[in-house]
Amino acid sequence: MLHTVNKSPFERGSLDSCLRLSKKGSAILLMEDGVYGAMSGTTVSDIVANAVKDNSVYVLGPDMKARGLAEGQLIDGIKVVDYAGFVDLVANNDGVTPWL
Amino acid sequence: MAEYNFETEGVKKTITFLNRKAPYGTIYALEVLESVLISAAFEQHANIVFVDDGVFQIKKGQDTADLEMKNFLPTYGIIEMEKEDADEDEDMDMNWRIIVEKESMEARGLTPDDFKVTVEVLSSAELADVLATSDAVIGG
Repeated sequence: MLHTVNKSPFERGSLDSCLRLSKKGSAILLMEDGVYGAMSGTTVSDIVANAVKDNSVYVLGPDMKARGLAEGQLIDGIKVVDYAGFVDLVANNDGVTPWL
Repeated sequence: MAEYNFETEGVKKTITFLNRKAPYGTIYALEVLESVLISAAFEQHANIVFVDDGVFQIKKGQDTADLEMKNFLPTYGIIEMEKEDADEDEDMDMNWRIIVEKESMEARGLTPDDFKVTVEVLSSAELADVLATSDAVIGG
């Protein structure tokens, strides 16, 4: 299952709910304002770093770039995907759960 | 013009409707409810799930008269009746579950008695299994 999170973790509980209700081994894509959850040095970084241990966590490159986030600022283990990579994630997982 | 095949004979999917927003502040709850009603028309299996502020959608005693907005609590009553009909009808292969996440319910000081419909209360871990085994998840 691919889980997508498109809200900032500082504004909404979407990321928390996603991490609480996804099974270990899930694919999790941070996109739109959700990309802020991929930054290191924030109040949610530890939670996300923990999630990286048990899941495959991705961040959508164009959304990162638009918001001025550089790859060097990402939590270790988070993979950057482009739009084609997003399509691959959707195609390679059996279903998408959106956390809006 | 492209031709579309809407034949659903023999097609049986389990669709999970993931309600996470309170009822009237945004349009999310109403949009999900409309999707639930559409899936009923196609006799698909459905998990109607309430998580986070979504649990407020089925709280008893809602009265939207002064807002001039549709009160959709009665519609959830109809959904519960549809579910009961499907449960009783042996010829009908349509399994619906109405599920509330225990952690979300308790965080908001609610108990199953506060809900308009009879619900299954599941832990986060149990609900994670329900999501992972769904054919499709409609979020809102």
